[in-house]
Parts: sequence; C-alpha cells; structure tokens
Amino acid sequence: MASAFEYAPAPESRSVVDIAPSYGLFIDGEFTEAADGKVFKTVSPSTEEVLSEVARAGTQDVDRAVTAARRAFGTWSALPGSERAKYLFRIARIIQERSRELAVLETLDNGKPIRETRDADLPLVAAHFFYYAGWADKLDHAGYGANPRPLGVAGQVIPWNFPLLMLAWKIAPALATGNTVVLKPAETTPLSALFFADVCRQAGLPKGVVNILTGYGDAGQALVEHPGVDKVAFTGSTAVGKAIARQIAGTGKKATLELGGKGANIVFDDAPVDQAVEGIVTGIFFNQGQVCCAGSRLLVQESVHDEVLHSLKRRLSTLRLGDPLDKNTDIGAINSREQLARITSLVETGEAEGAERWTAPCELPSAGYWFAPTLFTGVTQAHTVARDEIFGPVLSVLTFRTPDEAVAKANNSQYGLSAGIWTEKGSRILAVANKLRAGVVWANTFNKFDPTSPFGGYKESGFGREGGRHGLEAYLDV
Amino acid sequence: MSDGRLSVFKTYKLYVGGKFPRSESGRVYEVTDPKGKWLANAPQSSRKDARDAVVAARKAFGGWAGATAYNRGQILYRVAEMLEGRREQFAREVADAEGLSKSKAAAVVDAAVDRWVWYAGWTDKIAQIAGGANPVAGPYFNLSTPEPTGVVAVLAPQESSFLGLVSVLAPVIATGNTAVVVASADAPLPALSLGEVLATSDLPGGVVNILSGRTAELALPLASHQDVNAIDLTGAAPDAGLAKELETAAADNLKRVLRPQHVDGEDGAGGTDWTADPGTRRLTAFLETKTVWHPTGALGASGSSY
Repeated sequence: MASAFEYAPAPESRSVVDIAPSYGLFIDGEFTEAADGKVFKTVSPSTEEVLSEVARAGTQDVDRAVTAARRAFGTWSALPGSERAKYLFRIARIIQERSRELAVLETLDNGKPIRETRDADLPLVAAHFFYYAGWADKLDHAGYGANPRPLGVAGQVIPWNFPLLMLAWKIAPALATGNTVVLKPAETTPLSALFFADVCRQAGLPKGVVNILTGYGDAGQALVEHPGVDKVAFTGSTAVGKAIARQIAGTGKKATLELGGKGANIVFDDAPVDQAVEGIVTGIFFNQGQVCCAGSRLLVQESVHDEVLHSLKRRLSTLRLGDPLDKNTDIGAINSREQLARITSLVETGEAEGAERWTAPCELPSAGYWFAPTLFTGVTQAHTVARDEIFGPVLSVLTFRTPDEAVAKANNSQYGLSAGIWTEKGSRILAVANKLRAGVVWANTFNKFDPTSPFGGYKESGFGREGGRHGLEAYLDV
Repeated sequence: MSDGRLSVFKTYKLYVGGKFPRSESGRVYEVTDPKGKWLANAPQSSRKDARDAVVAARKAFGGWAGATAYNRGQILYRVAEMLEGRREQFAREVADAEGLSKSKAAAVVDAAVDRWVWYAGWTDKIAQIAGGANPVAGPYFNLSTPEPTGVVAVLAPQESSFLGLVSVLAPVIATGNTAVVVASADAPLPALSLGEVLATSDLPGGVVNILSGRTAELALPLASHQDVNAIDLTGAAPDAGLAKELETAAADNLKRVLRPQHVDGEDGAGGTDWTADPGTRRLTAFLETKTVWHPTGALGASGSSY
C-alpha cells in the first residue's frame, strides 16, 4: 500500500550515551573482570554493530557476587526502612534524570523503537523504584504481620525483552524489603544493567547490595543453584522456569517465576472496531511481539471477522519498520539472530500446517534482524501457531460464535498470563473476565502496566506476583 | 458388648465424587492403634483411585469456584454443625487413632469443629484482605481479585489425623479450590469418617475427595498429574527425600507447592502445634491473583465518553 505521506528520518541522537569499549562485572561495588577472563560481545540488533565487550561471569564470579551480597545483607536489612526508602527514591530520581540516555542505550542494545523505551520502559522503570521506595518503611502495614523479615540474598535472572524494566521489577521490591541482590541480565542485552550499576554508585548505595553479573545461561543456573541464594526470581521461558523449579526442589529457596504466555485477545461483535484494531496492534506488535503477555491469539467473533481483518491489515500496512532510533518507527528489530530464527521457524510451521499467512508489505533493512508484522488466518486450536509462544510479531486469528466458546478457547492453553476483552457491554466484560484463567485481563485496552498493579500468571505462566502490595510477598519471609 | 450385644463394625471406605467406593484395586490394609490393636481394614488406594479422584475434583471445580462466597461459608459452617453432632464418635476415633486420652481427644475434636467455623467465616472476607483496587497512574479502574488455583492435592499430616487434616483441608476449599486428600497413612480412620460428615453437609460431590493408603504411592501420581494445579506437601514432612521427589515432579506443570518446612514452623517430625492460630497463610497459598483493567473514560471536552 502506498503511503499517503513520506516521512523524513527523525533519529534520536546517539550522543547522549557514552558506551565504553568494555565492561566488567559489578561485584561488591566495583567493576571487575571475570575470574577466568572470559568476555563476550553485545551487538546492536538493528545494525549488527558491536556495541561493547562485556565480562562473561562463571561459577567463581557467581560465588564472589553471592558472598558480597551476603556480607552486605546484615547491614542493609538492619537499616531503618526509612533509610532504605531514601536510597530507592534517589535511584528513581537519578533514573528520571538519565532517562534519555538510558532510553537510547536500551534501544541500541535491544533493538526496540526509541518511542517505546522513551515513553514506556523508562517512565515505568522510574515509577517502579519510586513506588517500592515508599514501601520500605511501611512494611508493617502491608498485610503480612508486624515486622516482616527479608529472605536474604535474591538471585535474579531477567530476559532481554524489557531489560531495564525487568531489572526494576526485580531489584526495587527486593531492596525495599531489605534483601540484597545478584542479578544476571540476558546475554544479548547486558548494557542497561551495567549502566544501572553506575546509577547505584551515584546514589551512594552501599557496596554489595546490588551485584550485576553479565553472562549466559550457565551463570544463571549457577546463581539459581548457589547455596547462598535464599530467593530466586526469574522471568523468561516456561522451559527454563520448570528447570528452575526442579533445581530448587527440596531446598528452602522461595521462587517467583514469570514465564511464557499465549494471550487471547477477544473481540466481540459489538466492539468499536477501530479502537479494537488499535488494541490488537498494541497487543501483538508492541516490542515486536517479544512480550510474554502479548495478545498473540486474536479471537474474533465470526460475524465481524471480515470487517476486523480488513481494518487490521490496512492498519498493519501503515506501520513503519526500521531504524529503532527514529522517533517515527513503530516496529524495531528482533532482539537476536537466534530469536529471529525461532520466529521464522514457527511461522514456517504455521504455513506447513495449513494456516493462511499474510505479511505486511514493508521493506526490511539489509543489516540486522527483522521480521515484518505477520498474521495467520484460518487457525484452529490444534495449530502450532495457536498453541506455542512465538515471541515475535506474529498474530494467530481464530473465530468464535458465542461468549462461552470464546472463553473455552481462550482458556484452552497451558498458559494463563494475559487476556483482552473488546466489547461495549459492561456486564459481558465482567462475566468474561471472571471466567478467564489469566493473571492480567485488559478490557478495551491492552498491554498496560503500572507499578501498583500486580502482574503474573496462572497455570504454566508461572507463579507469584510482581508489582503492587502483592509483589512484596515474594521477598518477605511470610 | 458388656451387655452381650455384638457391635456392628463399620466398613471404612473412600470418599470420591460424593460417593463411598472401595479401592478399585480391592486392596485393604490393617489399621491399628499406636499400641498395635486392630481397629479396621482401610482401603489401600491405588494410583487409579488417585486419578479418579482428580477427575472428580476437576469436575466439581467450576461449580464450587463459581459458588458465592456466602454459599461456601454456609456449607463450611454446616460441616461444623454436622461434626458437632458427632463429637463423641470422632473423639473415640481420634483417641484410638492417636492414642490420646478421652479428654484430650475430645479437645482435639472441639478444636477441629472450631476450625471449620473459623474458615467458614473467611470465605467472604479473604477477597477483601487479599485483593483490592490498585491506584494506577492512568484513567483505569484496576482491580485485583483472588481466585482459587484449581485442583489441590493435599497430603494430610501424618501425626495429627483429624485436627491436622481439618486444618489443611478447610482453607483449601474455603477459597473455592477442590481437593484430593491423602489421609494420614497409619491413622486414616477419622479422615474417612469425615467423608461421611462432608456428604451430609451440602458440600457438592467431588469438592473433597479422601483417599487412604500409602502416602508415597498416592502422592507420586498426584504430584506428577497434569490436571492438578497445586500440592500441599505437609504429609511428606517426615520424609525429606519424598518431599523433594514430589516437588521435582510437580515442576512438570508448575504446580503451586506448599513445602512442609515452610508451614507453621513445622520441624519435619510432626511437631506442628495444630491448635495454634492458623492465620491466613494456608488460605493464600492456593490463590491466584487476577488483575483486571477497565478504562474509566473521561468526562467533558477531552473526548471519550463514559
């Protein structure tokens, strides 16, 4: 489809961020090389340019970091809550001050559009620290009894889709409740966590309270298994979540697991179509669909299927894919070559199984990892693309006739993280929301997040909640 | 018997799907009091019995979870009423099962009745404690509500055959879950008799299913069952190896696991004080939190209508 308007490039300046050629691990308040001297490169997924070389943590480094966190725990947990609160407020404010720099950094390392890092990730990161800062001296009132105690050292492993936001979800409640942390960011997005280490330094956070280990899955596994870790928090795939649950069986370690999803976005025949289409687009194409709570299954009532699909395809044809630093970009790069291969392979499976593929007409840049917005129609519940999490900009469209059928299809999943409901009828929203087995339900909206709002899944989407008062429980010995 | 009358023995049976079947395996095992005196032959349930119980519990889940909290509260209270009328029977059974004096056994039964009353009152309050509105920074009404997690396998404590059993079972069903209970292996009789109380308390069939037998034999298929949502490992407390094995199996479908050592300061040797204030821990252990976002719209010139 020919664009009505041509857009001149409007790139955000890279000059606000100064990426060093190499980074060490952040242990006990110092940047240090890995014990065995190993390093790995992190690239910009939109250009494949090497951004920096970072230390690759091994078992010895995990041990050093856990030891440092353990040493720091006594003093940190003994601080009055009001003092811990002030450190967290400092962190929140410094993040706000440095938010443009961090947004550009995140866009470079992750590949997501600057519009998202600037308008979604960074504001939410600062808000999360600000929210939990306020809890630090109010834990007696959180509903877990008087003087609830922290667990100790939290080992936290986070994914690459929202690197800094996932860090905030993990570190803010852990510190507010008096725990110390060892956090491992994903191997494809290590940089924002290392910049966060510098934020901690600026905030004067006592050494050892936050330790950052960049590395691969082996480091994450060593962290989860380390006997000095009292609490495991993981966001990532269901397969790894299950492996972690097995690893910690029979130990005293408390866990929160925030895993995969295959969210149903249900559009009833009375929904306002234009609004619903925007919601469908937000649901599955936000962050290139690399979102655990993405609305990756569109359940549309049969009578409006054609109308919704027509509008949706028209809208998808107007999305701009390209330079993530461009302020007009809607769809950025896929985070890694591996993830692109996974998406490609699942889409091929969808075609082989007979679902009908449609891909938005857009030109893909020659370098980097890209996947054009794609949808499948004629999808049944048996299709792989209706069951497996694709974690990419791929929407599977199914139909239903009655609300009961919509609910049954929505719940027919091993996952239970998110769902959406589009209808003008209030009682139907409430009735359907009641029956959905999902941790987060959005009515006439999608992919909204807030630090006060608990987030987490039913069934194999994991357990425990992050955010809100509920999120404190995961870090308290209650 | 002193008057020369020969007493009528009770055939102890399982309680599954609202019915009282024998084990499909046809097996029984001898149950004795702590001194070794024969009390009864209890059904020795098989893994097939465990699977049948899960089917019954799953079938009952929608109706029980969907019942009003007031309704569930009245039914739990009805259990207390029915139990109150059978205090002497249960005092006798608990005394035999646990080797307690008559007065101690009576106190245990009274505490169990009171525990049903305590949880009956929680059914319509837990949502107000565990849920609520969240003040999000945007034009949304955001509400978190606790919901039952589904079918819960409950390994009842080995030592406290009745008060312990009630203390782990009542909170599971108070919030709308359905339960498959594995009774104390050596002292299953009070649990099996409880089935008779539940069956006459308006509790829908399948909400509680009670199995007797060898704990490990039943716990393993339950821990690895793909249609069980959660497991309470209290009854595995004396065997850390078994508890670990069960938790490992439970990871296959990410069951919610309540570990033995994390409950009420349990020491793994049956040292739990079941008369202590139970708190809300066992209620919240098998709840999911669902958070729903509703746009609030905006009034006036700014646009969207309400």
